[in-house]
Amino acid sequence: MATPLSLRVVEAEARIYRRTWRGSVFTSFLNPVLYLLAMGVGLGTLVDANLPQGLGGVSYITFLAPGLLVATAMQTGAGEGSWKVMAGIEWQQTWKARLATPIGIPSLAFGHLLWATIRVFIVSFSFVIVMVAFGVATPLQSLGALFPAMLVGMAMASVTTAFTSRLKEVAGLPMFFRFVVIPMFLFSGVFFPITQLPGWLQPVAYITPVFHGVELARDIALGIAPAVDPWISVTYLLAWIIGGGILIVAPLRRRLTP
Amino acid sequence: MTMDEILIRATGLEKRFGDFVAVDGIDFEVHKGEAFGFLGPNGAGKTSTMRMIGAASPMSGGSMSVLGLDPETEGPRLRSRLGVVPQENNLDEELTVKDNLIMYGRYFDLSRAVLKDRIAELLEFVQLTDKADAKVSALSGGMKRRVIIARGLINEPDLYILDEPTTGLDPQARHVLWDRLYRLKQRGVTLIITTHYMDEAEQLCDRLVVMDGGRIVAEGSPRSLIETHTPRDVVELRFPVGVLETITEQIESMSDQTEILADRALVYTDDAEHTIATVTEGSLEPETVLARRSTLEDVFLRLTGRTLVD
Repeated sequence: MATPLSLRVVEAEARIYRRTWRGSVFTSFLNPVLYLLAMGVGLGTLVDANLPQGLGGVSYITFLAPGLLVATAMQTGAGEGSWKVMAGIEWQQTWKARLATPIGIPSLAFGHLLWATIRVFIVSFSFVIVMVAFGVATPLQSLGALFPAMLVGMAMASVTTAFTSRLKEVAGLPMFFRFVVIPMFLFSGVFFPITQLPGWLQPVAYITPVFHGVELARDIALGIAPAVDPWISVTYLLAWIIGGGILIVAPLRRRLTP
Repeated sequence: MTMDEILIRATGLEKRFGDFVAVDGIDFEVHKGEAFGFLGPNGAGKTSTMRMIGAASPMSGGSMSVLGLDPETEGPRLRSRLGVVPQENNLDEELTVKDNLIMYGRYFDLSRAVLKDRIAELLEFVQLTDKADAKVSALSGGMKRRVIIARGLINEPDLYILDEPTTGLDPQARHVLWDRLYRLKQRGVTLIITTHYMDEAEQLCDRLVVMDGGRIVAEGSPRSLIETHTPRDVVELRFPVGVLETITEQIESMSDQTEILADRALVYTDDAEHTIATVTEGSLEPETVLARRSTLEDVFLRLTGRTLVD
């Protein structure tokens, strides 16, 4: 039986990853572990000394870990939807090469998102192991937190791909990371509850996928009651995934098969 | 070689980008087993035509059947039977030559066992067996082109389309590629080649169309095009800077077919010796005089008044 076209794209990405994974280990895995050590252990000692009752009833490192899990998934998704896509459509034009084969735009886009999902899973799952090793949550709870992390990673991969495929200038990507990804990493409830933000900024945090993922992850892993109904958060994240996915096809078509 | 079976039939084929007409209603047929060329300068509409044949770009008008399939509605099925060599190098630079070929072959769902043998054969064919495990980024431009040539043959295509296969290569690398393409032709592979090099078209193409401004301006074998559109010989006259403009009339009086270019004058003639004698006996004092046979470059010049490569 013929292999589905999108799975042929996934296989190609896996082949590339097999040769290039070493370069991505630092950013996608070691970085969050360093954050967990510096913030969770280092800064956490000070936070815990000031908050005897803890944040949401838990120590700072415990509070931080599910947040970092989601943030890591978000960054992996953003990476898959940006540099990878730009290389495919512009720098190396390897996506154009794919389109000279039976693969068409929809299977190219779908296969790309499938692979991004696998990448998000690999990175998030590694972090879950670290969480368990740090004794932050039980293995089952930590695995449960993987689910919202995956949703956030997929949402970012899909929306970022839609953004990148519309970019005319490569310079848009560093700007995107500077003004969207990093602020989202810092101010969406990963490191502190968004109630600490100035009142006018809180609604901004509410619309980020990271905020919803973090609330879900803390609910599942630590039993901290979320600020938003979990089903609303899940639906919201699914909307990002599907919406982004739909918005990918047209710009790729314009760009790669004009 | 049978010329009966028609692999491509295009009627009134059109490609527009907004108001810009890239391909302006062209008709052509490509027969099984022939090497068919699109010759023309940059911007003539060659690449747009190739992309439509390769089901990588929708047609704006007209109709076309490729291998009996409709590129618009049967793209994936059609592309599975085509080999494509694009103008740009779009190999994965971080992977090895062999990995690039495996990856591409897997897009066609070829089994690993089939690929193993075929890749060995193809690397032998493009003389890169010893580079199988080299990273693409470490290869020269000519070698990368050869990898792309091999890649395009991975699915044993019924139709092999090459867009400017040797542009940007040094003369030696071009000759290596021509030799390989010539061998493919000998094996009966149907080739479609676009080029703006007249020597490439002359060497490789059985039949070609000359394109300019999105239209086909002439069609035939290289030999018949030259015979139909130009006299047998050309005398090229070079003059010191500034002189050419002042003697245009004298040159035009030498033959009813002349071309004044930026740096030289071309006089078309059936008797080069006689023309040279006229020049040397007359008052003109060219720096150099060169007599040569007419080429496809001259055909293009005669038809459009412009050169192929500016």
